Amino acid sequence: MLRYIIRRILGVPFLLFGVASVAFLLSQSTKGDPLSALVPERMMNNPEIVSAVKAQWGLDQPLPVRYVIYMKNLVQGDMGTSFNTRRPVARDIADRLPATLELVTAAMIIGTTFGMGIGLLSARFRYSLFDNAARGFALLGSSLPIFWSGLIMLYIFSVQLKWTPGTGRLDARSTPPEHITGFYSIDSLLAGDWALLGQTLSHLALPAFVLGWSVVGIVARLVRSSLLEALSQDYVRTARAKGAPERVVLINHALRNALIPVLTVLGFTFAYLITGAVLTEAIFSWPGIGSYAVAAARSLDYPAIGGVTIVGATAFLLANLATDIAYAWANPRIKVSG
Amino acid sequence: MTAAPLLEIRDLRAAFRGPSGFVEAVRGVDFTLNAGEVLGIVGESGSGKSVAMMALLQLLPAQARVSGSAKFKGRELIGMPQRQIRHILGREIGCIFQDPLSAFNPVLTIGAQIIEAIRLHDRKISKRAALAQTIDLLASVSIPEPERRAQQYPHEFSGGMRQRAMIAMALANNPSLLIADEPTTALDVTVQAQILDLLRRLAQERDIGMVLITHDLGVVASMARDISVMYSGRVVETGSADSVFYDTCHPYTRGLIAAMPSLESVGTLLTPIDGTPPSIFDRPQGCSFAPRCGYALPACHETDPELRQIGTTRAACLRAEEIAAGTVRPTAPLSESLPV
Repeated sequence: MLRYIIRRILGVPFLLFGVASVAFLLSQSTKGDPLSALVPERMMNNPEIVSAVKAQWGLDQPLPVRYVIYMKNLVQGDMGTSFNTRRPVARDIADRLPATLELVTAAMIIGTTFGMGIGLLSARFRYSLFDNAARGFALLGSSLPIFWSGLIMLYIFSVQLKWTPGTGRLDARSTPPEHITGFYSIDSLLAGDWALLGQTLSHLALPAFVLGWSVVGIVARLVRSSLLEALSQDYVRTARAKGAPERVVLINHALRNALIPVLTVLGFTFAYLITGAVLTEAIFSWPGIGSYAVAAARSLDYPAIGGVTIVGATAFLLANLATDIAYAWANPRIKVSG
Repeated sequence: MTAAPLLEIRDLRAAFRGPSGFVEAVRGVDFTLNAGEVLGIVGESGSGKSVAMMALLQLLPAQARVSGSAKFKGRELIGMPQRQIRHILGREIGCIFQDPLSAFNPVLTIGAQIIEAIRLHDRKISKRAALAQTIDLLASVSIPEPERRAQQYPHEFSGGMRQRAMIAMALANNPSLLIADEPTTALDVTVQAQILDLLRRLAQERDIGMVLITHDLGVVASMARDISVMYSGRVVETGSADSVFYDTCHPYTRGLIAAMPSLESVGTLLTPIDGTPPSIFDRPQGCSFAPRCGYALPACHETDPELRQIGTTRAACLRAEEIAAGTVRPTAPLSESLPV
């Protein structure tokens, strides 16, 4: 098992190399002109300025040369300098990724907890009023577009009821906690600043719920259906024949088996949300990686696009790895060869 | 003085919801099993033999409708609240199922599943003591290296070993009744004989009453004291094993016996029973077996006969006396000569 994990981790850099190459070549092959992001429009007809800018950013070099330079820098952790922010892409990402990770982690916790709970109760009391109501709630979560549900939630809970503060990670005048993990919640906890922790959590609650709601839908439906599938299996009858109460049958026997497909989906959902939380980030002015990615794509900011792609790909690779490990742990029938 | 039977089933019925209302899969069956005895229930798949047993253990889907009476040591099981029957299942009644691969939970070790069976009924026992007991149980069903085997998963066991483990689990709490639902069907023939030997030995040693459900007359012949033959949700013939085999009255039982391979039949073709059992959704009028029966008279298609004493067995057949006396010969099944 350990050998399997190590081997899988060793494979990650090679896969990332491939991803970076594809990302680089794809972004370079688009028709748009990155100069429009670099040179103000009125200077565009000044050939001296244009060629100077091209030389400064290396755009005068042929593609293969640019590729080699890019990959060489990448290996050293240098993702280049963003055309937009004029800062190293790696630093931009380091600033923004924790915000997204914090949001997505909170959303996943909400989504998984409620999704599992609802799925479990739905399967236990199937076709009951609860089941139908819960399924409706879950269906809404996964079918309502976030730009709509996010705005409505913001309007209800923040504007009307004033239960939650406005957008952003903190109130406008607050200063973030000392940077340790970049998760404001953890950092303020480590700093022992309870007021700041409360503020952080109250800011996090609404966007995390909006994003988590879509996960609730996915998880609840999957848990319900795979539990029902598991409950029809022979081993469930065996457990009942042993005199196991329904709770034990459901948790110890059915759920253990039903979790196997759920794990796969959870892993991929997490990875997907890293770059897929963009709508939530936009609505809640959340300074995360998603909004950065959109800005980069709109202005053909090659280095930033590459950086975000690599982050997204890494998230997928790691989620995939974590899923496979969890899968092997949950399902003893899978033989992992070293 | 005769003690109350271990298990006494009267007019047990089980119905499922079908496309047009409820249909009965078990249509009023009676069984009696005394402590330490073996009752064989024989029938083709779909005859309702498993459904009848699962019905009294309340192991059918919740939508199934069960009625009648099933008294276990004098206690009525039908309609007993889940909370109560839970303390009987696995403790006083053990179950063995047909396919031990699907009957074990694939993600838990064999040991964990047997330990669970012990601890469900003995909350005070420590995990360590339950494990020790589990290892003893595995050893008692002749599983080699029980310590190591207890830590393995069901898929790491062979079919025969799995069924041994299933038996060990069923016996974990020293039940007085064992319900074995096709315990050897999924196994190789050589393994079948070993498992049957094991069951017979354990039942004798521990004075366990056993209901042995099977489609294989050969299995019950060597094991059961009494045999009930089921067809289409009813008992069609019942009696001691000897009388059912040697004083057979019901044409269906005759058909089953004729279809059994034996030493005398080496080199000859086996005699199958023509046709297929009726679907429970579409039972013929009268005797359910009549369309396949070589002895069927027009009356057989109108009345469904009750069980009656014919010599040493009880059979549900209008012509049982004649068949027992050997005064009639079968013709082709009547259905074939009937105008459609």
